[in-house]
Amino acid sequence: MTTITKSFLSISLAAAALLAAPLAHAQAQGKLKVGLMLPYTGTYAALGTAIENGFRLYVAEQGGKLAGREIEFVKVDDESDPSKATDNVNKLIKRDSVDVMVGSVHSGVAVAMARAAKESNTLLIVPNGGADAITGAMCAPNIFRSSFSNWQSAYAAGGVVSSQGKKKAITITWKYAAGEEMANAFKEGFEKSGGQVVKQMTLPFPGVEFQALLTDIAAAKPDAVFAFFAGAGAVKFVKDYAAAGLSKGIPLYGPGFLTDGTLEAQGEAAQGMFTTLHYGDALNTPRDKAFRLAYAKAYKLQPDVYAVQGYDAGQILAVGLKAVKGDVTKKAEFAAAVEKATIDSPRGPFTLSKAHNPVQNIYLRKVEGNENKVVGVAAKSLSDPARGCRMQ
Amino acid sequence: MDLATFLIQCLNSLQYGLLLFLVASGLSLIFGIMGVINLAHGSFYMIGAYMAYALAAPVAATFGGGFFATLAVGTVLAVVFGYVLEWAFFSFLYEREHLQQVLMTYGLILVFEELRSIIVGDDVYGVAVPPVLAGSFALGEVMTYPVYRLFISAVCLALALGMYLVFTRTRLGMMIRAGSTNREMVQSLGVDIKFLYRVVFAAGVALAVLAGMVASPVSSVYPGMGNQVLIICFVVVVIGGIGSIRGALLAALLIGVVDTFGKVVFPQAAGVLVYVLMALILLWKPDGLFKAG
Amino acid sequence: MDTRANNVKKALPVLMVGALLALYPVVSGSFGIDLATKIMVYAIYALSLELLVGSTGLVCFGHAAFFGLGGYATVLLAPQSDAASLWWLLPAAMGTAALYALFMGALSLRTKGVYFIMVTLAFAQMAYYVVHDTPLGGGTDGIYLNSGKPVAALGSWVLIDLDRPLTLYYFVLGSLAATFFFLAVLLRSTFGRALAGIKANEQRMRATGFSTYPYKLAAFVVSGALAGLAGFLFAVKDAYVNPELLSWHQSGSVLIMIILGGLGHLRGAVLGAFAFALLQELFRSEAIFGAFAKHWHLGLGLTIIVCVAVLPRGLIGLSKLFKRRLAGTPKEAAHAKP
Repeated sequence: MTTITKSFLSISLAAAALLAAPLAHAQAQGKLKVGLMLPYTGTYAALGTAIENGFRLYVAEQGGKLAGREIEFVKVDDESDPSKATDNVNKLIKRDSVDVMVGSVHSGVAVAMARAAKESNTLLIVPNGGADAITGAMCAPNIFRSSFSNWQSAYAAGGVVSSQGKKKAITITWKYAAGEEMANAFKEGFEKSGGQVVKQMTLPFPGVEFQALLTDIAAAKPDAVFAFFAGAGAVKFVKDYAAAGLSKGIPLYGPGFLTDGTLEAQGEAAQGMFTTLHYGDALNTPRDKAFRLAYAKAYKLQPDVYAVQGYDAGQILAVGLKAVKGDVTKKAEFAAAVEKATIDSPRGPFTLSKAHNPVQNIYLRKVEGNENKVVGVAAKSLSDPARGCRMQ
Repeated sequence: MDLATFLIQCLNSLQYGLLLFLVASGLSLIFGIMGVINLAHGSFYMIGAYMAYALAAPVAATFGGGFFATLAVGTVLAVVFGYVLEWAFFSFLYEREHLQQVLMTYGLILVFEELRSIIVGDDVYGVAVPPVLAGSFALGEVMTYPVYRLFISAVCLALALGMYLVFTRTRLGMMIRAGSTNREMVQSLGVDIKFLYRVVFAAGVALAVLAGMVASPVSSVYPGMGNQVLIICFVVVVIGGIGSIRGALLAALLIGVVDTFGKVVFPQAAGVLVYVLMALILLWKPDGLFKAG
Repeated sequence: MDTRANNVKKALPVLMVGALLALYPVVSGSFGIDLATKIMVYAIYALSLELLVGSTGLVCFGHAAFFGLGGYATVLLAPQSDAASLWWLLPAAMGTAALYALFMGALSLRTKGVYFIMVTLAFAQMAYYVVHDTPLGGGTDGIYLNSGKPVAALGSWVLIDLDRPLTLYYFVLGSLAATFFFLAVLLRSTFGRALAGIKANEQRMRATGFSTYPYKLAAFVVSGALAGLAGFLFAVKDAYVNPELLSWHQSGSVLIMIILGGLGHLRGAVLGAFAFALLQELFRSEAIFGAFAKHWHLGLGLTIIVCVAVLPRGLIGLSKLFKRRLAGTPKEAAHAKP
């Protein structure tokens, strides 16, 4: 075999591989392509699965079709890695030519998705990422959120902690955008009601060695501590906090993420804790009960706030699609319909603000056993101030 | 910082350092005796934690034991696992260059993480502290220190002492030390070097697994937990001197202090400090603090 | 076989690949262009490491630091409002990376063997934590390049506007070709021969009175600068940098690329970058693996293990492997028709 033939063969093989990689999916007539960009690997994998389950449940309940169009799913694993996010979202937009994007869990990834959505004018529904900027400085007519903004639950917590008689508080969280937004929002809510945040502690993300900082907290002797961690960090912090004996004298508060999906692992340490979130257990409304039953039947799992957010993302999409009769190019009409609608969510009915963030009740929950029981409403119909949004 | 807080932070440093030592000692052994860079060592730590979670129920059902029974069963399983892994995979790495070892064990990390995801799933789990160790004692007015953390430190110290005794007082220890300096000579003396290596590897794995199990009530069980511990372990091994258990202990305690106090005094620089420490020590003593042995 | 024919033999596939890449945008859609741009940036990154590991024998496990610092320099030095000028931003990014390479090299070269590997890792981790934890970088959230992508302008006449994907594609292709050509010439020069000698037997080189340290340090700096170039292109492409660009996973990935492709060959580095990127796409593809695609790390890990175990010479060595199998022993091969 001559050199030229050999080279030609090997290179054509490589070229074929390169051409095949951006597989062009044939656009089936009438099908609506929904691109799910969620973490399927890594620490947030369970959350990604819950969101997808919720979304699919809603679509299944509508018979697999929204506004008469059958839903086709395309999935991309974002690995909760913002550095690969632009690449991954481009796969959905350019390679798979999706009509709607749903994602993501990690705020940094969601921000990258929002930027790409703005640039390409693709519909985006964020089923978790709470970065304030997504419905704040980066708000756009084609970007919606079915979950929350970091500001909402933390601001409500500030009010709750103050109403329980605490005057001095310390906040502790990871040093990243979501942590800062939560800590600042808590400070805003707490100081508005007369409290004072004496120290704002941070540690680098995703460190979980808290002992040194817990010792510091004990030395400072505040009335309360507001902490934001999620996943494994939440489990460890709550356990470490109790093990250090702090929970007896200095009650621990946090947004619901501190105790959601982590109660079994946290066990005794979390009992009696108050948290604020737009969802909780034992809500006991007929809507929620029906949702929980359907979810448990379909997936043999108990739903959590992430499943609800995924479910409601489906609802938002359905509302908009119905108004534009399935034609996603009519962005303005889509947005107008969603802004006017009330979403009948398992968390309770909510509307979307002008910046497309849910205007919803933030519940006060207490940990009892393996449940975050809803014991009251921390803030009614709380709307994120959407700072920096030019759509208001 | 007042005296009470300072002492508590010292206690924190000690506990963190000792746990690091437990994980890193296995790495140092494998690295020092067999010359294999094993990036998958953090995965053994993770496997230990997941074993503590997954074995709790079956052990309780079969033997009726609690946490300590799980520890015992887990350690035995770890030794078997390490033995088989060495025979099936690692024995082929001895002749290879370091670069190839790095890459093959890097691939192994990915394989272990995904197998964990397939077998156990991606949720975060907790392991309960055994009731007998669940108390805490007061340290100052507000803070208490959990007895379990003292238990962890005690276990690490006991194992350190045990390793020292095995190395210096037993035949096996003697053969290990000889094998690390001159493999062929030891073989020509009639010692089965392959068996020796297998034993050392199994011991190294068991140490990391035990560390994971013992730490699990405190650290929880979650995906990716091996990665965070891995890099720090390498720093410990390199600072201490490859193959030196004494060095690993000293290095681990040093890092414990730098990290703990760094977090409170310079929170922004805490991460960098450990690596600056490593760079400084290596520039002063390019082979680490102590020689192998 | 005389050297000239050998060189032609090697150059031909390279030129063909170059031609194919130049024509690729004609047939592919916008996603294909994006993907190919990304892979070419990684190819430059791999080539830069090849100089250090493959040609000089210095196994550096901290190469991501230069890549990431090049990217961060691009975003941090770019002006706030207008698009930056390519003329100074590109050299600045490469210069930043080269400076850190000088610092890292000067200190790391005091150690040897596995300690050298670890020290390079330590320095990369230091850069990672500086960018991750201090106000210098944007923290774990990274920084976006808000002012638009750099342009190369002469007065008011815009020569190269990297905001347009096609222009960026050809700019990256040009950079890849330039890097490849530069390294090919460098490795054939006296400097390159010195490096080869150091890789083969450093002690012997020193015994002949040859001072190896300045050569190794120079290799470090050149390698770092080229990685900085790759980092610059990456930052421009995504208009975003993140501390994970400096993580040891990134350092590991590029090592895998050059081993996969074949150590000691420039073509190997490029081939490895393509192969690694396409492998990842393969394993993530739902079309092939269905629901199991979410466990794509498993396939990737197994492939890495198998590749390193079975192909120690990398994919470049595949053809030689086949030749040996098909042509039999060397004696028979000598008599066989070419």
